[in-house]
Amino acid sequence: MRLPGTGLAKGLVVTMRTMTKRSVTDQYPDVKPELPPRSRGVIALVEENCTVCMLCARECPDWCIYIDSHKETIPAPEGGRERQRNVLDRFAIDFSLCMYCGICIEVCPFDALFWSPEFEYAEFDIRNMTHEKDRLRDWMATVPPPPAADPHADRPKELDAARKAGEKAGEKAVAPDQATGGQAAQDAPS
Amino acid sequence: MNIPDWLEVVLRIVLVLGAFLVLPLLVGQTEHKAMAHMQSRLGPMYAGGFHGWAQLVADGVKFAQKEDIVPAAADRAVFKLAPAVALIPYLVVLVAIPVGPGLVGQELDAGLFFVLAVMAVGVLGALMAGWASANKFSLLGGLRTAAQLMAYELPFILAAASVAMAAGTLSLSGIVDAWEPWWLLWQLPGAVVFFIAGLAELQRPPFDMPVADSEIIFGAFTEYSGLRFALFLLAEYAGIVVLCALTTVLFLGGWHGPYDNELGWLWTLLKTMVLAFVVIWLRVSYPRLREDQLQRLAWQGLVPVALAQLALTGIVAVAR
Repeated sequence: MRLPGTGLAKGLVVTMRTMTKRSVTDQYPDVKPELPPRSRGVIALVEENCTVCMLCARECPDWCIYIDSHKETIPAPEGGRERQRNVLDRFAIDFSLCMYCGICIEVCPFDALFWSPEFEYAEFDIRNMTHEKDRLRDWMATVPPPPAADPHADRPKELDAARKAGEKAGEKAVAPDQATGGQAAQDAPS
Repeated sequence: MNIPDWLEVVLRIVLVLGAFLVLPLLVGQTEHKAMAHMQSRLGPMYAGGFHGWAQLVADGVKFAQKEDIVPAAADRAVFKLAPAVALIPYLVVLVAIPVGPGLVGQELDAGLFFVLAVMAVGVLGALMAGWASANKFSLLGGLRTAAQLMAYELPFILAAASVAMAAGTLSLSGIVDAWEPWWLLWQLPGAVVFFIAGLAELQRPPFDMPVADSEIIFGAFTEYSGLRFALFLLAEYAGIVVLCALTTVLFLGGWHGPYDNELGWLWTLLKTMVLAFVVIWLRVSYPRLREDQLQRLAWQGLVPVALAQLALTGIVAVAR
């Protein structure tokens, strides 16, 4: 049989035990928090990687990415023809609208966008929350290297893909006739 | 060394006033910090530089700067008087509580009677505030205070009567003088009843139904602001000091302890502060009692226990 008042005593024990332990409070402005490397603080941009494909701007759920660009014609190399290339004029993220979903970073095919754990960029004017590309580039310095993979984790897919591609290219170089022959044989029935 | 009478009176008044101003703040600060750490927080850390020691001073300055608002429909005189009625009784009670042998503001022959009577006046402040605020939440709070006072005053006084019977005197110093360590066991039910009923009269959690902030905002104190509100808060902490000091004097043997000839006053203060810590501890640990649970605890729990204690005390006192 449980003694009456056991529950009451347990309640007292819980609070007393909590008191003897260190409290979990971080003294934030004095002591900076230690954030994990993939914390969603701010989005950084590597301008050179951007091809103005507009995927990020279109996938953004609240349309907070603004991209302006113009086309530039590259003079034809010898024996070729002229090519056109997109040049980025403006890349801005309005962090007053951003909801930190990270879809733009996931969707970017050219690794131009990165998460940085930096978060202290509050402003007194909401218009200053729109970070232009210079400022987004500055955040790149705060992007930490990706954490090491877990032990026993699968190897990254792109590594395997690259190795496979390399092996294929090697085979091709060794036996070009066989490879093309096989290709022709496959193509033939269709 | 001969001290002139008038100087002695002034000295006693200054000491009591000093204790009245310092001890409640000490309890309040302890509550800030102890409660915070019990909830795995740090509590105030900035005011005053070292672990927020000046937090309550800063609070006091803030309260003093705030506007003192009296609602248009309020009963102005009663509304303005209520904080004083809530606070001053505790100051008066403090005068009569002995801290060490001969160390008392004013020795009274019927000290226990005086102390209990005056302490009950403090609750009137909340009643007045509830009535005069012209606010239904305040009135509800006031009525709950009244119900609580009705329920808990009886076990409170019965428990105190038991110890008076045991000591054969109503003088607080006399009770401490008559106290012996085995009374701890003999008067244990009475001590528990006295402490719990006292908590309920102070409307401290878990008995804070009259100020249940999630239901009736802040009960009788809803309409108060600025310094008057601060006085009500101060009254709560002064009440804790008085209740703990009184429990110490009546049930824990006041200044009895090792080296009590020299350090008696320290023992009283130490016991008082330990009890104050228990008050805070209880507040952190338990949820608020519902109104019907509150009444049931008083009438079905505390009153019978207090009566049984009274009977036990009577039997032992006669047999002794």
